[in-house]
Amino acid sequence: MRVNVKVNGVSYERDVEPRTLLAYFLRESCGLTGTHVGCDTSSCGCCVVVVDGDRAVKSCTLFAVQADGHEVLTVEGLAEGGKLHPLQQGFWDQHGLQCGYCTPGMLLTSYALLKHNPDPSETEIREGLAGNLCRCTGYQNIVKAVEQAARSKREEQP
Amino acid sequence: MIPAAFEYLRAHSIDEAFTHLQQHGGEARVLAGGQSLIPAMRFRLARPAVLIDINEVKELNYLRSGGGMLAIGAIARDSDIERAPWIGERRWSLLHDASRVVADPVVRQMGTVVGSLCHNDPAGDWTAVALATRAEVVVRGKSGERTVAMDDFLVDSFATRVGDGELALEVRFPVPDERTAGSYQKVERKVGDFATAAAAVQVSLNADGTIRAAAVALSAAGPCAIRVEEAERLLAGQKPSREIIRAAADATSRRSSPQADLRGSIEYKKNLAGVLVARGLGQAFERLGVRV
Repeated sequence: MRVNVKVNGVSYERDVEPRTLLAYFLRESCGLTGTHVGCDTSSCGCCVVVVDGDRAVKSCTLFAVQADGHEVLTVEGLAEGGKLHPLQQGFWDQHGLQCGYCTPGMLLTSYALLKHNPDPSETEIREGLAGNLCRCTGYQNIVKAVEQAARSKREEQP
Repeated sequence: MIPAAFEYLRAHSIDEAFTHLQQHGGEARVLAGGQSLIPAMRFRLARPAVLIDINEVKELNYLRSGGGMLAIGAIARDSDIERAPWIGERRWSLLHDASRVVADPVVRQMGTVVGSLCHNDPAGDWTAVALATRAEVVVRGKSGERTVAMDDFLVDSFATRVGDGELALEVRFPVPDERTAGSYQKVERKVGDFATAAAAVQVSLNADGTIRAAAVALSAAGPCAIRVEEAERLLAGQKPSREIIRAAADATSRRSSPQADLRGSIEYKKNLAGVLVARGLGQAFERLGVRV
């Protein structure tokens, strides 16, 4: 099937089998390997991307054909003009990653979380990230990173 | 894990989805949130020849109330319930609690209430909630639309009254009165795991403080979600008390018929179901300002 998916603002028109999952479409058809596949069973959240601006979805649990005509944001689309997104800066400053494998999913899940709740409490951040597994950090620094990003985004917008 | 090949059809209206369904019958599955169906397809537990995607059927994307009912359309997401402006109202406390513990927060942004009911997993959350709230599902079939009460809707594990070639359009929850509260209690090993046991309770009080109506339903306690009628009867007409909660919990443990698995033995799960109903009733009464 011919699909046209706008990823990070760029249209990717490709032929895909209907059974191609969005995660593999992004990695193999678009060459955007920032989206990681961790468990392949909808459990770990490594493959989370944002669809249509504010919905975090596990891209291993959505067919690429479903994204036809929609907009997808991946980790490659977060930074603008060489400047890290406040979430990325937060993860950098707060040591929110060690191996980095879960980080793209953490970033995109947090991105959608902040769209719906720009001023989340620590509990709300922890609950919002409950579908994302990290095997390194123990989550503490990830939570701090999201808190920092929320703060700096709020300061950005008077 | 790659699913078996299938034909993909995207519907843009209820009529278009229904036409596709009529044409492909039992060969086809409806794709709503897909958060259960797609994993099942990846494990090749499901191999539909045709998928009819209803995610673009915008006329099925709504939460609306009217005629004493809250109607939830077939592609309204779990997260839409979780974020609904009215979800904090006491009368909706059962839906409130459940909407925050279905699967995990990312899955809830795609997963749908109606899809979960149609999937009818033995350990699903919305099925128990729908039983306890006396919900009903509107199904479109060959001879038009019909309304199926939840007691009748759930047939067996992964089987409902939605037949081949039919489409579930919406679920309707009766709007509870002012003196109603509920609670959803779930024990899971980790977020996103299936429930070890879960209980949905809802109670309505009379002006004199006695219980006008009570509803108790369980998940992960049989082939599909079940009502505990004996507990409901025991509670009705009584004043909230520790003794009546104990009696309802005991009736629940007797009625529960779980399967042993890595999450626990039958004996443990039966006991847990009673404990969860007791906790749920205690919380529902507390929400109504009654300390027992």
